Amino acid sequence: MARLKFLCDSDRCIECNACVTACKNEHEVPWGINRRRVVTLNDGKPGERSISMACMHCTDAPCAAVCPVSCFYGTADALVLHDKDLCIGCGYCFYACPFGAPQYPKVGNFGGRGKMDKCTYCAGGPQQDNTPVEYMQYGSNRIAEGKLPLCAEMCSTKALLAGDGDIIAGIYKERVQQRGFGSGAWGWRTAYKQELSV
Amino acid sequence: MTAVRALGFLLLLAVSGVALAQQQAPGVPSGSPEVQSSAPEVGAGRGGTNNSQQPTSSEQQPATGQPRSAAPEGIAPRPAVPVAPIVAPPPFTARGGPDAADVELEEARRLGVVRGMVSIPNQSAGILVQPVGRDWRSWRTTVLTIAGAILVLGTTALLAGLFFWKGPTRIEAGRSGRSIARYTWLERFNHWMVATSFVILGLTGLNITFGVYVLRPVVGPEAFTALTWWGQAAHQFLSFPFVIGLAGMLAVWARDNWPTRVDVAWVKAGGPMAKGHPPAGRFNAAQKALFWFQVGGGVAAAVTGYLLMAPAVLDNVTSQQIAHFIHGAMAMVMIAVILGHIYIGTIGTEGALEGMSTGRVDFNYAREHHSVWVEEQLSEARRVVAPPDARAAGAD
Repeated sequence: MARLKFLCDSDRCIECNACVTACKNEHEVPWGINRRRVVTLNDGKPGERSISMACMHCTDAPCAAVCPVSCFYGTADALVLHDKDLCIGCGYCFYACPFGAPQYPKVGNFGGRGKMDKCTYCAGGPQQDNTPVEYMQYGSNRIAEGKLPLCAEMCSTKALLAGDGDIIAGIYKERVQQRGFGSGAWGWRTAYKQELSV
Repeated sequence: MTAVRALGFLLLLAVSGVALAQQQAPGVPSGSPEVQSSAPEVGAGRGGTNNSQQPTSSEQQPATGQPRSAAPEGIAPRPAVPVAPIVAPPPFTARGGPDAADVELEEARRLGVVRGMVSIPNQSAGILVQPVGRDWRSWRTTVLTIAGAILVLGTTALLAGLFFWKGPTRIEAGRSGRSIARYTWLERFNHWMVATSFVILGLTGLNITFGVYVLRPVVGPEAFTALTWWGQAAHQFLSFPFVIGLAGMLAVWARDNWPTRVDVAWVKAGGPMAKGHPPAGRFNAAQKALFWFQVGGGVAAAVTGYLLMAPAVLDNVTSQQIAHFIHGAMAMVMIAVILGHIYIGTIGTEGALEGMSTGRVDFNYAREHHSVWVEEQLSEARRVVAPPDARAAGAD
């Protein structure tokens, strides 16, 4: 099986936020939750760059390690998914996640968190694939339809790449060699213990 | 004299005429921005260099009306100016910058975050990468879990060993059959309110930490989630009686727990390990230490717990990690300490529990464990029964 990963080429990202919008639209994500976001470093200064970030589906995921109810599971494609029926909304995954991926709808007591929501790599959840109940909880399941995540599919500059780790790393390296510069893949060292310096 | 004056007037007129001509430059009104310059002008006419127009020809211009020279026109040589070539800047897209992996490694080393700007309302999402999350993970899965288990289980084993080795501390003089009032109903009610909420807070907290390893394999994922869900609800709601009770304890017991000279002597005599019973006030030094530790630890755990309960207050993942660190570490130590308190207060000491359950303790227990307090109570009682200014009836 493939080892699915995300890669954002920050030399191409133009901060159009279309990936954010596409994700919210595709999965009918509620208000206040952004499974994907675009962060601009050095905004308005020389060396400004934007990176689209969501759950990186880490190798040896910290969220799964710290969960007090063990609601995370890995798929055959090495995606890190979670079962909302088991989640208690304690927030531990948010403390542990290096990328701020876990989101909470803030519905519990005392302005608490509610069931955690995060990027599913458009792969749904533990329910039967492409059923209404799965869509309600996790959004659409494009992986089951043989498609890649929508954010990467519709990225206008092809800055955001999704797919097998080796393939997208190869595409990125080819780009860097051709244009002569590149600042590496953000998050890859933290998520996959892998550096993409060319 | 008149001639000199006339000359001076003429000179003045000439000068003013020139000034007038300068002020009234054609087209541009005087004082307009075009005329004024913020920076000193530099040019050929103003003493600058290399700003003059490059002449197109080095040929002598003929005087007006004279024919052109027949000599071939020569191009003026460019002046030998040592100008460094202006290198074209790299394209804007070639931003280079630090390597992503290097930045992440550096931030991980100094426990920092990579922060940027986001255009969504949730500004805390501006943290792009916080490599420290992986360190918090090792705190939760390794340090808190293993050290906490050693602390709690170790304390339990220690107390069990103490019980089977030395047995409970008996009242040496035996029960006297008389009792002395030790705790009011308010003190007892407050104590048991704190005790009940602390036990449930502790058990639900231990479930959050260890339940996934201990209980989940036994009861199954769904039942364990239901249990932990209600457990965390209880953990949140019972924090209120706990904190109110702590404030009550501080109000009714702070004065009796103030350290005194008697406590120094009690500790020097060996405290609980001393032969016999060193004198102590209403509370001995160990009880006072327990009191202040529980109040301080309770406040620390409560403050950090409330901050975790309302995540919107700490709009920052790093401060939430620190809050959890303090909360977890404090709670584990408090659980261990309270285990010792429970042991000493129940099976560890004969005659201790009835003080907190009925409010009265045996007189011999009080005299052995809290001799100074008993003396105070007795002298107070004598004063009330027979005030020093009391006169015998019928003495008037």
